[in-house]
Amino acid sequence: MPSPHSTDVLDTYTLNMGPQHPSTHGVLRMKLTLRGEEIVAADPVIGYSHRAHEKMAENRTYAQFLPNTSRQDYLSGMIYNFAWVEAVEKMAGIAVPERALVARVILAEFNRIASHLMWVGAFLLDLGAATPFLYAWDDREAILFLLESVTGSRLTYCTGRFGGLNRDLDPAFPDRAREVLAKLRARWREYERLIEDNVIFINRTKGVGVLSRDLCLSYGVTGPTLRGSGVPYDVRKAEPYGAYARFEFEIPTRSEGDVFARYMVRVLEMQQSVRIIEQALDQLPGGPILNPDSIGVKKRLKLPAGTQYYAVESARGHYGILLVSEGGTEPYRAKFRTPSYANLAVLTDVMPGNMVADAVAVLGSVDLVLPEVDR
Amino acid sequence: VIAAVHGLLARVLGDFGATLLLGVGLILGYLTFNVLFLIWLERKVSAHAQRRLGPMEVGPHGSLQTIADMLKLLSKQLVTPVATDHFTFLMAPILIFVPTICLASLVPLGDAQAFANMPNGLAVVVVLSGVTVIAVFMAGWSSNNKYAVLGGMRSVAQVVAYEIPVLLSALSVVLIAQTLNLWGIVEGLPRWHGIPVPYAVLEPVAALIFFIGITAETNRAPFDIPEAESELVGGFHTEYSGMRFALFFFAEYTNMLVLGAVGATLFLGGWKGPFVHSLPWLGPVYLLLKAYAVVFLMMWARWTFPRLRFDQLMSFAWKLLIPVALLNLVVTAVVLALIAAPA
Repeated sequence: MPSPHSTDVLDTYTLNMGPQHPSTHGVLRMKLTLRGEEIVAADPVIGYSHRAHEKMAENRTYAQFLPNTSRQDYLSGMIYNFAWVEAVEKMAGIAVPERALVARVILAEFNRIASHLMWVGAFLLDLGAATPFLYAWDDREAILFLLESVTGSRLTYCTGRFGGLNRDLDPAFPDRAREVLAKLRARWREYERLIEDNVIFINRTKGVGVLSRDLCLSYGVTGPTLRGSGVPYDVRKAEPYGAYARFEFEIPTRSEGDVFARYMVRVLEMQQSVRIIEQALDQLPGGPILNPDSIGVKKRLKLPAGTQYYAVESARGHYGILLVSEGGTEPYRAKFRTPSYANLAVLTDVMPGNMVADAVAVLGSVDLVLPEVDR
Repeated sequence: VIAAVHGLLARVLGDFGATLLLGVGLILGYLTFNVLFLIWLERKVSAHAQRRLGPMEVGPHGSLQTIADMLKLLSKQLVTPVATDHFTFLMAPILIFVPTICLASLVPLGDAQAFANMPNGLAVVVVLSGVTVIAVFMAGWSSNNKYAVLGGMRSVAQVVAYEIPVLLSALSVVLIAQTLNLWGIVEGLPRWHGIPVPYAVLEPVAALIFFIGITAETNRAPFDIPEAESELVGGFHTEYSGMRFALFFFAEYTNMLVLGAVGATLFLGGWKGPFVHSLPWLGPVYLLLKAYAVVFLMMWARWTFPRLRFDQLMSFAWKLLIPVALLNLVVTAVVLALIAAPA
């Protein structure tokens, strides 16, 4: 009879979880070494949806790369789209009208809520509860509908332009947005009762997949996953960009670092996003949505030679763009620092010792978007 | 009508043959209808729990949807992976039905209306409800797939664990009824002012444990870990496709109804109900209504709760359910002894 703690290779077997598996959220492959149901080692294999976005950026003009941006992370595409636009604006020194700055915050925060809602649903589905998924998607649908009315697309938005947005918010937008917010506010209590008060959910998530503060920092984990481990780091507060500095909001953190903490951080974050949107709707100024100097059919945008790093807080964490320009119409190099990549790497350290079922819970709790890992 | 058909058949096959043929035919016929109905019901229950409509297109309120789905499954190619243990792989989906159908024949449908009225019926029920797991394990083991093996292993461990509380809670009813015969258990219902009182009123703890136990034995959420989709893809039936997959699917729903009927017999007063003495045909109706109420509860639970983890599931059975069921049994025995003592 082998000892329960033996690491003898004959006592273990390998299970390939993915790339086609209901809970690997796309095309992640986890090479799990198991002893019975217990995980001995976990090795994530990535690259199944690599599309060479960074290389594509090198042979496109800055404007031509716009549609690629939201395809890196299809769940919070708006934030990625604006990040590229703002990075280029900052380097080229293009002024952005006030109205566009505030509108970007509104749209980006709505997108963040939609992304978190999607996560809540998918995560609960990983735990085997199908109903919250439909509830979350119902709410998310209201947001997608709202965003579609502004941008024309549901997921892969391309509404940012250098110097503003491609189209203005219509006059009825604030009222419709407030309606959606009211609906969301009414839902928090329902989620609490269905999910957070459920004893099975608590048992499945509390104390599971604990990421210590130091471990997170050493791997460069960011976003809600990091804040669930007690580090109040959020780019929106740490290095405010766009119009974020003028709004009041808090950075929710939890010190436990377990799956439940990451769930709570995301739920509280959605409430903060609602707060931001409400303030932004109150302060939404009039005026043009696009800087008239920045447009023109024949105008070809050239960035001054140099290197610049620009970071935003995506729904998954710290998203950075390193732009290297040689003064031409295309970047010499564009490097994207995507949060899920670091968040995935840390899993190798927390998986061992857990059960197979926990592997699914932990994997779900860091909110991976594989196209964003692979780029 | 049944008696007339039975008489006709008996001329050709003899009495035993006729009963067997008619019984199997009726049970299989009804169970097939039941599967179609329950799958439709499950989709409707899940839809309404999730604020959807569910199937609406095929037939009124989508009631013919399952028939359409079954035709689709029938038309699909049966894939047998090369590395399977062929004989076991093919037998598993057929064998999974056998114990369930045997079980169905034991449940008394009305006053003296069971296909097989065995003196120790409950003991046979407990044995048969545990045998299903052998077919599940055959499927998991013969598939030569790691997910399927994990699912099969989980299933065995789960059924072994949950059979004990089911048995213990059923025993506390037996203590009151003083018989293992299912018909006798219902007939011997205690009376309050002449009205039969279901055992669930006297034994609420046992009824609850029995319900949890049969939910686990039928692999239903939140105890559906043998086929936990998000972890094990399809669990023990990962490698099954087409009609073979459908057979597992059907077995699950058949099992739900039959175990629901056993639960109704034990705890909810079986076929008994108002006016059943003057109108005996009400007996099966009451029994089925009660059984479907139990099934509805199981569906409701499935669409509300997340899934337990495997070790939590086991400790729930061994550390909580079994001690509580045992305690309940002892308390029942002591109370009965105290009541009986003065007399």
